[in-house]
Amino acid sequence: MLKINNLHAAVDGKAILKGLNLEVGSGEVHAIMGPNGSGKSTLAQVLAGRDTFTVTDGSVDWDGTDLLALPAEERARAGLFLAFQYPVEIPGVSNAYFLKAAVNAVRRHRGLPEYDAMDFLARVKAEMKAVGMKEEFLYRSVNEGFSGGEKKRNEVLQMALLEPRLAVLDETDSGLDIDALKIVAEGVNRLRSPERSMIVITHYQRLLDYIVPDKVHVLSQGRIVRSGGRELALELEEHGYGWIDAEGKATKTAAGARP
Amino acid sequence: MNAPTLTSPPQAPAKRGDAIGAFLEQEYVAGFETRLETDSVPKGLSEDIVRTISARKGEPEWLLEWRLEAYRHWLTMTPPVWAAVQFPPVDFQDIVYYSAPKSKKDGPKSLDEVDPELLRTFEKLGVPLHERARLAGVAVDAVFDSVSVATTFKKELGEHGIVFCSFSEAVKEHPELVRQYLGTVVPPGDNFYAALNSAVFSDGSFVFIPKGVKCPMELSTYFRINARDTGQFERTLIIAEEGASVSYLEGCTAPMRDENQLHAAVVELIALDDAKIKYSTVQNWYPGDKDGKGGIYNFVTKRGDCRGARSHISWTQVETGSAITWKYPSVILRGDDSVGDFHSVALTNNLQQADTGTKMIHMGRNTRSTILSKGISAGRGSNTFRGLVRVTPRAEGARNYTQCDSLLIGDRCAAHTFPTIEVRNPSAHVEHEATTSRIGEDQLFYAMQRGISAEDAVSMIVNGFCREVFKELPMEFAVEAQKLLGVSLEGSVG
Repeated sequence: MLKINNLHAAVDGKAILKGLNLEVGSGEVHAIMGPNGSGKSTLAQVLAGRDTFTVTDGSVDWDGTDLLALPAEERARAGLFLAFQYPVEIPGVSNAYFLKAAVNAVRRHRGLPEYDAMDFLARVKAEMKAVGMKEEFLYRSVNEGFSGGEKKRNEVLQMALLEPRLAVLDETDSGLDIDALKIVAEGVNRLRSPERSMIVITHYQRLLDYIVPDKVHVLSQGRIVRSGGRELALELEEHGYGWIDAEGKATKTAAGARP
Repeated sequence: MNAPTLTSPPQAPAKRGDAIGAFLEQEYVAGFETRLETDSVPKGLSEDIVRTISARKGEPEWLLEWRLEAYRHWLTMTPPVWAAVQFPPVDFQDIVYYSAPKSKKDGPKSLDEVDPELLRTFEKLGVPLHERARLAGVAVDAVFDSVSVATTFKKELGEHGIVFCSFSEAVKEHPELVRQYLGTVVPPGDNFYAALNSAVFSDGSFVFIPKGVKCPMELSTYFRINARDTGQFERTLIIAEEGASVSYLEGCTAPMRDENQLHAAVVELIALDDAKIKYSTVQNWYPGDKDGKGGIYNFVTKRGDCRGARSHISWTQVETGSAITWKYPSVILRGDDSVGDFHSVALTNNLQQADTGTKMIHMGRNTRSTILSKGISAGRGSNTFRGLVRVTPRAEGARNYTQCDSLLIGDRCAAHTFPTIEVRNPSAHVEHEATTSRIGEDQLFYAMQRGISAEDAVSMIVNGFCREVFKELPMEFAVEAQKLLGVSLEGSVG
């Protein structure tokens, strides 16, 4: 269970999250929607431990652990995974090397034996097949020269390999055509399980046709202003974010509402 | 494996937010001193000192004359000031020009006669000299201060007609070869430090690969400066006759001292028709402390002469040490269809300064050269690439490709690139590419979000940056070089 309580975060002194509350139960998939600049990506980065953001108030409890007290790499080892909106290129470092280093860092932390080269290859090849990635991507530099779709598949591959307890998908649908979107969504759906919670951040309703969430939240001006079921996403699509923004401004008290 | 021992001492776990700043506080692991009785000459330089060195080594008259000529020429020269490095003037009268571990006999005839303290020193550095303890396939010449203390696998190499020995021994055993080739690539008056070296050089390595022989193992020299106030002036001469080939590696370390120590070596390579020489360096001289105190001044002249047609000389260097590095391993492409390569990784951290690069002098027809330089600056380090590609009028069809990449870690370091291209033949094809990048917070965070520690992430990113060069190193050394970069960078992230 993830409990975000009254979270405030700023970057370069500018407040972005302004009292965000959210609870995500084990095995649940929550979608967070919102207009550009509402704080969606900031939430993802703050949860993952990026130090360019300063948490100014609030707390995040993750199965009894104070998440905000852990450095980024420890959050990752403890099972928090962020699928990046813009996966980063690392020239000269092969994807295979990077993935193996990551998987073994996580396995070490969990008290599991590290994979040797053979075990790792067998595992990663099986997972690649599942997300429709060609083997050559193992030997190319991390994300270098990958197309948008290939980068996102690489994120889903990493998620599958690292077996997180909490996965945050930051606009995984951005820049994907419909075919790529389906493949990525299938990959994500395959990883749904009662032990794994997911926060799916998206600007568009369309992704939620493929990854069906248990709950939908609308983020506006650093707060969750509305929560509901799947139908909330459809409603949003119909009325646009202007509708929420107008409402959010009119009824400020709704801002702190718990889902 | 002759690169220095690279075990990294236990580190406190990196703190969050300290990712790019804490990576540089790493102790120099080769910085210990060995206490030995030494046989040294008094400080300072004069004709008498040159004569004394020559006499101690029992040299023939011609070599003494050669030294004296170099010395007299040196007196007329001034130190070069054009490099982008800053340091107080060196007092050449405050240096000991010859220091040798005192041995009871003339010199060790075999490893059993070498002072056990010396053997332990090299073992501590990861260069065990006992042949049975060595990796199969690497022969070593170990140079301690001014003299060579041991050369391994001499007998096995001798069966192929290969000569691999200390320079002093070569002067005694193969004077005709030494006399024929010495100073033919780097003449005694070539530059200030080369002239100094020619006057006072004390030892070094000598390699001769006869016609048609492919050297069956890697050859390597391990240099160690130990004595205080001592300069090291070694001279390496490698000759590959027609169709011969050899791969050679040198590694270097020195104790940690507050004073700066001078290292002014000369390396000459000669490749005749169809010969190939691959020369790799892993340089880890003491770089000084984090405030820039102490460290080696590494002022070295290295040059290869592709004298024969279709000959090939390749320099690969990984430079992580020294307070100041001033060196430009070069190739003279004299023979038609000859090939020259320069692959370099130079890292500066704390207050280290490096001004390094290469010269490719195209003289023969259809000569080709490749320059691949990777400069990494961290802390307040300054890293300069200086290159010259010269195509002379008769070098029909010359080709050069140059790529210079700089990587910055942190925001107080500097990288400079000074490429010079002189083309005097219209058929030449010369390409130059340069990039500068910074280790991104993005890259670090991405790796850390996957559970990888900050230090491993930096090391991974830097190694990725250097990969094209590392793949040119013999495999065992590539592994050492990677570890060395990791160690040299520790504390640079924070």
